[in-house]
Amino acid sequence: MKPPRFEYLRPDSVGAAVALLNEHGEGARILAGGQSLIPMMNFRIAQPSHLIDITRVPGLDAITDEGNAITIGAAVRQSTVEYSPVVKDRCPLLVEALKWVAHEPIRHRGTVCGSLAHADPHSELAATSLALNATFTVVGASGERQVPAVDFFIGPFTTVIESGEMLSSVSFPVVPAGSGYAIDEFSRTHGNFAIAGGVSVIQLGADGKVASATLSMFGMASRAFRAFAAEERLIGSMPTAEAIAEAADLALVDVDCSADMHGSEEYRAHLGRVYAGRVLTSAVARAQGGSK
Amino acid sequence: MSNIDKHEITLNINGNSTSLTVEGRTLLHDTLRRAGMVSVHAGCEHGVCGACTVRINGQSARSCITLAVQVDGDEITTVESLAKGEELNIIQEAFWRRHGLQCGFCTPGMLMRVTEFLEENPDPTRDEAREAIASNLCRCTGYQHIIDSVIEAAARLRGEEWSDDAGIPARELGDATEVSN
Ligand SMILES: Cc1cc2nc3c(=O)[nH]c(=O)nc-3n(C[C@H](O)[C@H](O)[C@H](O)COP(=O)(O)OP(=O)(O)OC[C@H]3O[C@@H](n4cnc5c(N)ncnc54)[C@H](O)[C@@H]3O)c2cc1C
Ligand code: FES
Ligand code: FES
Repeated sequence: MKPPRFEYLRPDSVGAAVALLNEHGEGARILAGGQSLIPMMNFRIAQPSHLIDITRVPGLDAITDEGNAITIGAAVRQSTVEYSPVVKDRCPLLVEALKWVAHEPIRHRGTVCGSLAHADPHSELAATSLALNATFTVVGASGERQVPAVDFFIGPFTTVIESGEMLSSVSFPVVPAGSGYAIDEFSRTHGNFAIAGGVSVIQLGADGKVASATLSMFGMASRAFRAFAAEERLIGSMPTAEAIAEAADLALVDVDCSADMHGSEEYRAHLGRVYAGRVLTSAVARAQGGSK
Repeated sequence: MSNIDKHEITLNINGNSTSLTVEGRTLLHDTLRRAGMVSVHAGCEHGVCGACTVRINGQSARSCITLAVQVDGDEITTVESLAKGEELNIIQEAFWRRHGLQCGFCTPGMLMRVTEFLEENPDPTRDEAREAIASNLCRCTGYQHIIDSVIEAAARLRGEEWSDDAGIPARELGDATEVSN
């Protein structure tokens, strides 16, 4: 239960980190909080040749209010975001999501970007980035590109970040006034990985009908995903209990639910529909209550 | 890789600045134990049990999934900083009086987590205390006695009187009575 040998490097800029990634090739990995990577190395599931610690790169630890979005740098710890007044004010869904991520001692070290780059199918933050339509800034030797959340996660522990690239920040759009949002999950005990969970953001029009809706699910399948069929069912409709129930039933259309010691495919699919219904109901109630 | 990757680092361990040479792969709990802080227990070594919990710049953290080199220059606090010689501090004494430990393996991690928690929340409810220690596993006590210890320590830290035979205030008895019959 000790990590295998590697070379530890601590660059002082994003450019230097990217240069090191390219110099050392496939064996090089970014080290952020280490809260997923070091356990994997202790188990020797991961055996990187070089670890590039980005947590002391000046500027990467910034949370920036861009007006219509909150940008979180790659070195920002989860607990810093959780207790940030600007995030609480402008993007409270992110604070609620973080309360479900592991426990306080882990959030003290783990980063938001590290969790997103890790792309665990159970990740609350991945699902939240999908529900909020977050934008990822990925930097490589030839410059940077912006990737929308729907394109970012491609499979279990796999994103569009290529070898030689890193995630430098993520931007979460501010939830517009008059919207409601909710996150909820089922797990063995609070702080454990979710067995099923959902995140939703709903905006209602002046007529009380659903103007926009997002629903994303996590802990269910090979990655966190958007439930587009459920969203389409709601958009343009009155958010009645019946409409929500129908939408929740559509949440897992075409999804292969995973099975493990915590539950079979059928069990997960059932839980998934239940939790889709709960977060849609809560998000609608909050939108109707006028809370941000 | 040819050479062993060595780093000169400085840790402030319980107020003492300590210069050390570590490999990149050296885990913080091993470094601390080698420096004599044998309160730091290695349980699962993958971040799940909390036995290795120390404070890094005041924040509780798992020393088994932290590299020593990552915390170069930082302040590390372990249980060795709590007692004054043979004299237990209030939280340690509450654990002792309230049977907050049996085998004691989880206790150093619990104490570091509880110390931080009571600084943030000096007057917690039992539920808040339970949530706070949800990060740490105990295979012996069933947790009720740990919660009793936290509540007693909190009261004494607030300066409330506790005699040796003082009970847990009635308002806090909630789930202790639930399990007793
Ligand atoms: C006991 C325990 C319980 C947990 N429970 C949960 C939970 O309930 N929900 C949950 O979501 N997570 C949970 N986690 C995981 C935790 O949230 C991690 O902190 C997070 O997944 C990884 O963040 P990190 O900064 O520690 O990344 P690291 O561990 O440093 O990195 C993780 C991976 O991402 C890569 N990476 C990191 N940053 C970047 C970057 N900027 N660019 C490119 N690649 C990068 C690394 O190379 C590595 O492959 C738990 C962890 C533990 C130990
Ligand atoms: S030994 Fe560190 S969490 Fe178990
Ligand atoms: S007292 Fe034995 S593990 Fe907690």
